[in-house]
Amino acid sequence: MTAVPSTVAVPDGFVAVVKRDCPTCTLVVPVLRDLAARSTLHVYSQDDPTFPEGIATADDTALGVSFALEIDTVPTLLKLEGGSVTGRTEGWSRERWEQLTGLGDLGADLPDFRPGCGSRTHDPDIADARAVAAMTPRIRSRRLELGDSEDEHEAMFARGWTDGLPVVAPTLERVARMLTGTTRAPDDLVATIPPDLVECSVEKVAINAVLAGCRPEYLPTVLAAVEAACTDEFNAHGLLATTYFSGPLVVVNGPVARAIGMNSGGNALGQGNRANATIGRALQLVIRNVGGGRPGEVDRATLGNPGKYTFCFAEDEAGSPWESLATERGVPPGRSAVTLFAADGVRGVVDQLSRDPDSLARSFAACLRTVAHPKLAMVWDAMLVVSPEHGRVFRDAGWSKTRLREALMAQLQLPGAEMVQGAGGIAEGLPAAFAGTTIPKFRDGGLLIVHAGGTAGLFSAIIGGWASGAVGSEAVTTTVGT
Amino acid sequence: MTAAGAPRPDGGRVLVDPTSERAATTRERAPRRSSFDGATIALLDISKPRGKVFLDRVEELLVARGLRVERFAKPTFTKPAPADLRHEIATKCDMVIEALAD
Repeated sequence: MTAVPSTVAVPDGFVAVVKRDCPTCTLVVPVLRDLAARSTLHVYSQDDPTFPEGIATADDTALGVSFALEIDTVPTLLKLEGGSVTGRTEGWSRERWEQLTGLGDLGADLPDFRPGCGSRTHDPDIADARAVAAMTPRIRSRRLELGDSEDEHEAMFARGWTDGLPVVAPTLERVARMLTGTTRAPDDLVATIPPDLVECSVEKVAINAVLAGCRPEYLPTVLAAVEAACTDEFNAHGLLATTYFSGPLVVVNGPVARAIGMNSGGNALGQGNRANATIGRALQLVIRNVGGGRPGEVDRATLGNPGKYTFCFAEDEAGSPWESLATERGVPPGRSAVTLFAADGVRGVVDQLSRDPDSLARSFAACLRTVAHPKLAMVWDAMLVVSPEHGRVFRDAGWSKTRLREALMAQLQLPGAEMVQGAGGIAEGLPAAFAGTTIPKFRDGGLLIVHAGGTAGLFSAIIGGWASGAVGSEAVTTTVGT
Repeated sequence: MTAAGAPRPDGGRVLVDPTSERAATTRERAPRRSSFDGATIALLDISKPRGKVFLDRVEELLVARGLRVERFAKPTFTKPAPADLRHEIATKCDMVIEALAD
């Protein structure tokens, strides 16, 4: 027994919900006439109040009664007693209709059974409009009314909401629709956003996701990215404030990447894919607008890098010779996750001749040595993005990711004599005390390896990090929710 | 869908604020001391390379003038000073000099 919401007045008796655009509803019209004559029947029509002819029909084209009665199928026949639904049957089944009504000889000329049709409440446009309408009153953020003569784009630039590129205007309707992309409540807290250390709700993330150009289905990934970025380990505050180049990179793993159409293939690190472009941008806009982090203020970057507009891509897991980055970092298979990395930009690695893994690993190592400076070590992490054509060399040779990493780390045990200040005629370098030692380029765990890119091209990429570990930033992996 | 730029029936266009909606609080500065007599001065190293070199020299100069100096260091320059450290400095000292850069 289910009580009917008090917002809708549905009288006791039998209730039939129908629509003209349904052959089963048309089929049962004689039965409805019979029921109307022999009992108390109220008919609600979802699409045409003149249907069925010859019966007093209530207009439910606005679907208020259909939603209140949770109609999935038409026809649905219900029994209401004392304001509650005490019986319900969907489609046409003589046996069930006779059982529910207690009347015999229903629809003698009809077949015994016909399935019904989908209720209009499940029409995607209607469900969306209803979800948006229900969400709108839950949005608490300040409303800003633009003047008649204000250009909306100029108004948003003038208010400092943009990263220098135009943004999508965050109207109530767009923000409400964005919020339908998550099961989380608008006032649910996501993270404390630096540098102003502001508690940030799902709603504020959603508004910035609208600005960035996200679709609602991207929102859970954006929420995970914001949560990961604002951990003490990732240290978004320091990453923002540093004079160094780096900004947050979001690597997406798991089924969500394909579900929202992310690019892990050709030009994965480049432009042209909406999800890649807008998820990374939404994170940066949250830090800018909610956290108050702006270039020239707390952001003290000397040069910055173009990835500070947006830097987000998916790992190509299906084509990878190895387990994914997220799996390596403890995310169970089948779950989606984001991994945040303090990225300084992309440098290319060209090797079109190596056909054996040892040679290719040596190439990678030679290029990895240049991260930050060939004579500096241990302070910077790096992410190596191995392309399919390079990945194939390791796959064919049976090299695991661990084996590649070990080979790289072995190649990157650097002689202190080459690394110290003044060596090679270069003042920069490690203190003289390191001269007689061997120094690893990267700390343990400081080299991340992922697989992405187009199927043509013997190129891979190195993405340098920033001050690593407890001193600066640790890569952080967070699962994507709903 | 209502286009963002389209006039609403009431003639206005309404956007939702993406910012923290916080107004900056104006706080009064602590009163300036008229002299250093009896003052304890905190020297805060933010842990950038060579910050110590700078602060060592500042300490020498202050001590030579008969002032009391307390040394402090942030665990890392990349993160704000922990609350406990800020509290300790505020409790023990009258003023603070911070070495900011490399």
